[in-house]
Amino acid sequence: MGMDILDFEAPLAALQKEIESLTGYPADAGKEREIARLSTKLDEMRREIYSKLTPWQTVQVARHSQRPYVLDFIEHLFTGFVEIQGDRRFGEDPAIVTGMAWFHDKPVAVIGHQKGRDTKQKIRRNFGMARPEGYRKALRVMRMADKFERPIFCFVDTPGAYPGIEAEERGQAEAIAVNIREMARIRVPIIVAVTGEGGSGGALAVAVGDEILIMEHSIYSVISPEGCAAILWKDAGRAEEAADGLKLTATDLLELGLVDRIVPEPVGGAHTAHRQTAQMLNKYLVEALERSERFSPEERVEARYQKFRRMGEVGLEVRNGS
Amino acid sequence: MSWFKKEKAPLAPIQHSRMPEGLWTKCKECSEILYTKEIVKNLNVCPKCNYHIGLSAVERAKSIFDDERFEEIETGLFSNDPLSFSDTKNYGDRLSRSKKSTGLDDAVLIARGCIDGIPVVLAAMEYGFIGGSMGVVVGEKITRAVELALEERVPLIIVSRSGGARMQEGAISLMQMAKISAALARLDDGKVPYISILTDPTTGGVTASFAMLGDVNIAEPKALIGFAGPRVIEQTIRQALPPGFQRSEYLLEHGMLDMIVERKDMRKTLGRMLRFFTQSVKPATGSGSSTETDSSTSRSRVQKEESVS
Repeated sequence: MGMDILDFEAPLAALQKEIESLTGYPADAGKEREIARLSTKLDEMRREIYSKLTPWQTVQVARHSQRPYVLDFIEHLFTGFVEIQGDRRFGEDPAIVTGMAWFHDKPVAVIGHQKGRDTKQKIRRNFGMARPEGYRKALRVMRMADKFERPIFCFVDTPGAYPGIEAEERGQAEAIAVNIREMARIRVPIIVAVTGEGGSGGALAVAVGDEILIMEHSIYSVISPEGCAAILWKDAGRAEEAADGLKLTATDLLELGLVDRIVPEPVGGAHTAHRQTAQMLNKYLVEALERSERFSPEERVEARYQKFRRMGEVGLEVRNGS
Repeated sequence: MSWFKKEKAPLAPIQHSRMPEGLWTKCKECSEILYTKEIVKNLNVCPKCNYHIGLSAVERAKSIFDDERFEEIETGLFSNDPLSFSDTKNYGDRLSRSKKSTGLDDAVLIARGCIDGIPVVLAAMEYGFIGGSMGVVVGEKITRAVELALEERVPLIIVSRSGGARMQEGAISLMQMAKISAALARLDDGKVPYISILTDPTTGGVTASFAMLGDVNIAEPKALIGFAGPRVIEQTIRQALPPGFQRSEYLLEHGMLDMIVERKDMRKTLGRMLRFFTQSVKPATGSGSSTETDSSTSRSRVQKEESVS
């Protein structure tokens, strides 16, 4: 498959190579047995490694170049996708894909970051770093969904909002701010799935929802570990330490009350099996939507408000408070 | 590597400065040596070059409210260092040092008082407290300020001065953007006015949430305002930034600000806007609090001021 091998996967790669070398020759029973033995060992080793990834290793998995992006989820989970482009103000931003689709025969809106798989696509998609147009397009589609009472699914996977001159000139901060505020009062269900990197404000701008799901090896952070290390230690090389400190893994975030549910990934990470990953996510999306649909629009907006209103309680200490 | 050497480091954020203490003070912008008392009398603005030296939250509150009078509210909230974060220093130590040096619980002061006789709720950010960064306490206090403004139907003013979300509280800080913005959506639905004042510097998650969401967004002159910091942008695009990039004047030119207002004119400008918002459409009643101001007195103040100025 030409899969990128992550540092900590080196033992897996070595074993894989050993298996491949055996398969090259004419088969005999001894070799078959050996292959079977090694394959079992490989599975065990993979399970072992992926069951205790460090935060920094998780960051690498979350950023894996073969990780499924929104277009992959659209392919495996939705039907009849019709893409909607442009913000009707300035331009079209391919870093965010939006459109209409059907989820189990139900018309819904889909929004998500697309990072791009090969170099050409990566450039076109700007590595999933959206410009103001991307956020404004997303809001436009969300408002349309609201108008026609269609639920919204958001797939979040971005290093962050694009930090460039034109993005600033066209109001990157304003675009994000407005999205965050407006998502708080959209009346239809909004289901958010963080499927890779939840990169700060650029992620949050499409991540204010009724349920925040996060995939097992995804991250969600206020700043990239590299950025954090560069500021705190003036050394981006200490990103590993920063990744530990930032508490950006799915389990950390669940503990802090910032996400609702962790969606398990196939052993070895979502990048190893897109279809299976999507199937595993499917159940969670269905259930989250069901829960949100039980509310009236007023109740839903209130519940969403209270959900974010509570975020941070875990870090507050009240002394002789007013 | 750029072809041309930059003459000076572009757009380094203006150094945080406290109220000048010595008898003489050198202006950071124009290097003029100035009599300190003269600067203080001038609201911490350089009389020579009009450079707006940063104000502490308390100084800001004084500079905005009538007769420099206000009541601090929503106190007694502290961060418990939820991530047990440590870099070159323990976050806990940073917090206690900042508490001591600023006299505040965290990086924002919430106060009530009057501007031109009209009662308002003010949130003023304190840059001296870990760069004015927004963590749980800032998030909670500003949200409470928004909710109070909505409940009492009193205009809200937030003065931003912040590097953005506080790294030491991780994603919890990030979510404060959503918490405050969601509250602002309700304030908006409730038709209670919100004036955002952006001062030097306002960047990151603060700009990308409440600072850009005012019914009116005002900046002080030459303030650094942006989403990404200038250094991050330079590293990303690997070229020098245009002159004046991310300064108030640049943002105004690009349609991202409603106006730039000098400090000496701020109170007057705010007073006029508050009257626009509250005067006839929604009488400024219902506050039911200690302030005795009502729409009729603010109206009389309008006429009085107009005849004077």
